[in-house]
Amino acid sequence: MTVRKFRQADWEEPLVFELSHEGRYGFHPPEAEAEIRDEVNVEWLVPQGIARETPAGLPEVSEMEVLRHYIHLSQMNYGVNSGLIYPLGSCTMKYNPIINEVLAGHPSLTEAHPDQNPSTVQGILEFLHRLKQGYLSVTGMDDATLQPAAGAHGEWTGIMLIRAYHHDRGESAQRTEIIVPDSAHGTNPASAAMAGYKIVEVPSTPDGTVNLEALKAVVGLQTAGLMLTNPNTLGIFDHQIAEIADIVHKAGGLMYYDGANLNAIMGKCRPGDMGFDVVHVNLHKTFSTPHGGGGPGSGPVGCKAILAKYLPVPDITYKDGKYALSYDKPKSIGKVHGYYGNVNVMLKAYAYMLTMGPDGLREASELSVLNANYIARKLMNTKGLSLPFAPEKPRMHEAVLSAEKLSVDTTVRALNVAKNLLDSGMHASTIYFPLIVHEALMIEPTETEPVEALDDFIEVVKRTCELAYANPQEALKAPVNTVVGKLDEAKAAHPKTICLSWRRLCQLVAE
Amino acid sequence: MNRAHPYLPNSVPEIKEKMMMEIGIESIDDLYINIPEKLRFKGELQVPGPYTEQEVKKLVSDTLEKNTHLKCPPFLGGGVWPHYVPSVVDEVIHRAEFLTSYTPYQPEISQGMLQSIFEYQSLICELVEMAVANASMYDWSSALGESALLASRLNHRDTVLVPTHISPSRLAVLKTYTGPAGMHIEKVNHDPETGMMDLEDLKAKTGEKTAAVYVETPSYLGFAEENVEAIGEITHDKKALYIAGVDPISLGILKAPGSYGADVVVGEGQPLGNHMSYGGPLLGIFACNHDNAIIRQMPGRIIGVTETIADKRRAYVMTLQTREQHIRREKATSNICSNEALCSVAGAVYLSLLGPNGLRDLAETCTSRAHYAIRRINDLDGVKAPLFNSYHFKEFTVKYSKKKAAEVNTVLLAHGYQGGKPLKPEFPELGEAALFCVTEMHTKKDIDGLIAALKEATQ
Repeated sequence: MTVRKFRQADWEEPLVFELSHEGRYGFHPPEAEAEIRDEVNVEWLVPQGIARETPAGLPEVSEMEVLRHYIHLSQMNYGVNSGLIYPLGSCTMKYNPIINEVLAGHPSLTEAHPDQNPSTVQGILEFLHRLKQGYLSVTGMDDATLQPAAGAHGEWTGIMLIRAYHHDRGESAQRTEIIVPDSAHGTNPASAAMAGYKIVEVPSTPDGTVNLEALKAVVGLQTAGLMLTNPNTLGIFDHQIAEIADIVHKAGGLMYYDGANLNAIMGKCRPGDMGFDVVHVNLHKTFSTPHGGGGPGSGPVGCKAILAKYLPVPDITYKDGKYALSYDKPKSIGKVHGYYGNVNVMLKAYAYMLTMGPDGLREASELSVLNANYIARKLMNTKGLSLPFAPEKPRMHEAVLSAEKLSVDTTVRALNVAKNLLDSGMHASTIYFPLIVHEALMIEPTETEPVEALDDFIEVVKRTCELAYANPQEALKAPVNTVVGKLDEAKAAHPKTICLSWRRLCQLVAE
Repeated sequence: MNRAHPYLPNSVPEIKEKMMMEIGIESIDDLYINIPEKLRFKGELQVPGPYTEQEVKKLVSDTLEKNTHLKCPPFLGGGVWPHYVPSVVDEVIHRAEFLTSYTPYQPEISQGMLQSIFEYQSLICELVEMAVANASMYDWSSALGESALLASRLNHRDTVLVPTHISPSRLAVLKTYTGPAGMHIEKVNHDPETGMMDLEDLKAKTGEKTAAVYVETPSYLGFAEENVEAIGEITHDKKALYIAGVDPISLGILKAPGSYGADVVVGEGQPLGNHMSYGGPLLGIFACNHDNAIIRQMPGRIIGVTETIADKRRAYVMTLQTREQHIRREKATSNICSNEALCSVAGAVYLSLLGPNGLRDLAETCTSRAHYAIRRINDLDGVKAPLFNSYHFKEFTVKYSKKKAAEVNTVLLAHGYQGGKPLKPEFPELGEAALFCVTEMHTKKDIDGLIAALKEATQ
């Protein structure tokens, strides 16, 4: 394959409000039957003081216009199933299988209400129970809740379990700190803070792992726990994990595993065996469910037996051939979601698990690691780029290159490399994360990309670097093949010009 | 058969070997050398499969079809409701460019998603008559939890006043969210006849520690709160934040929170084009006035309008990101990252299809059919509906004097109907009562069938 010529569709699509014409309908809800209308007069029903006086200012658009409008907008967007490689580091943008979507549309699932009698939803409870069993095996944990709706929601739930544990032991007043490495995802400190903790940061060593001496210096009676992703955000597996767990456990703290990077290690090693007490896994990463432009995700939390009694209610139980929901859990942290979490997403993850099987999951991890190393090895010696933090060490499912030299030599920054990728019809890598790498390009190709796509990606990055040295002004122009070019982000956030709705836009135009 | 997995293009042995050779390794395990030997997993994962697509389709369908087939949609609401999802909605959200995209961090190539979410925000603003809405929260419950935290950050107070009949699951989530911040939740009494919030009790309880007053309308038990303006005045007198929780469908015929002084609106967007799916994914609505102090404390992603630098063309971008976890880390206004973006696109398509008149028609159908059901049920011997003497939108309480609510439901199920949610575990003081919901999904024939079954079940 060779690098393609790409031009994103651009419909100059107006806002749906600008398509409105009085009197049009895009959909007719049914009317109540004549007998009902004769008997029940709506105008008399609703008390005057609370009746809506003017209809909502929604647009009036015919069905086909609405359809076209949103199809146009979809064509002005970019997905992993419709584009080329989507190497967004930390996000695991793997193929989202179609069969999973088909099954998730099954009416037995979509039309089920969460308060139905459990005897009427045995099929749903069965698959949830089976998904949980598979999840426990992959993570090496003893029990789990499927309730958290996203990864960060899972982190917070997991830290709340740690909080409940210390509280139960009468140590909550003294254990006020959660330790987080400087390479951690931003959600880690944010989730721990929401659970009421102070954050203590520990630095990384030059080889990208946790600095044990620094860790020893900060643990103590005040330590509630440590949050870690392993492999870490540099894509490096921290070989000292057993020692780290030992240090934290000896101080009386617990170990939290951020499962964002689980895609590297399925069937190879397990958080439970590394010494972690509680984990979350992003089903929308590792288990192939789509990201939907930002969500819905699903972030089930697993834990060791010592934390099981604190898990959110309800539990799904299986007894005498019947599935049921149990709320009998006096030490539970309560509820973190109105119902049982993103069940529709879980069905897709379940179908994925069945499609892969134990060997397929392991092979997926192995190939994700092979693909990441293939890119890292082929790009690390490109002029302008480097692979900071122990370049000799193999990476796991992702690798973080630095474009610092390129930036200094040519003024072409990581951001510009990213925009040049867009111009070639590829999604950009993650940039400027982790914070400890300057001009970071964080690349996670995933296992579902063929080697041809990896080669194309490598070629585009190399060409961009060459262009930067030969003609930096050209390299700075990107993107030009996307719907729009560079945007005025300051205007979007300025108190005088900020505009977050059509309502506000109309006000600003009127002024 | 040893075949390359359809999802794993580089599992073909020649490809894999060539790739390994090019990066100078002999086996895949050379890449895993950093994992200490004692930590390596040597067993087999206890996961079924692998199965082919055809087998998976059969297996999963067979499992799901173990669910009971009901004669009509369940007569259940309370936070998730049976509503029809127009075909156009599902068509749009299955577009691969939307479904399989990531968060629009690269705005130049993501204008479609950015504009769609901006439209969602705008449509919600019209519905609730406020100028700001965020891109979504996980659900109504988490939106409520976040709104309480926002109130406390704004006014440094620690108590949230809530109605007696707040949804128990929303209350549970609210407590989980606010517990670590040291906040307290206190219930305000209600008028035993009508269910409306007791304004005298509210006045007595609102004070210098009150961070926010929260009202649900329609309430969890289905009646619309009629004192919404007075509650707002009492709240604002004490400089607390006024938070309203809503079912968006009701806003087709009920006053918008912006018109009665709410500062923040939360609610459940599931009925806007999202299937029930056993309770998730849902769509947490979060809206507020155009007040810079509140906006800068808002949780979650927000899409704003801007323009291109070169040709000043209107464009959309994620904005105010300095509030968010990926920049502000532990000082962020919330830890939320992944949200319910695709559900909000469904909401945008849904509201665009219905328009102002469709939404009103829908709300009228729901409430007409609900009232028809209320009258017929109340006619039954030994049954009272509703418990409170006030206007109910589409949900209502039914009290049984001769039978237990759970027993009634067992008989209804034998007839193919899922009856209302028994309320005794949540509100024992209401006795043997159940919470029913009737929407446009329930035809007169369905309701008449339910009544006939109820007649038998309650005797």
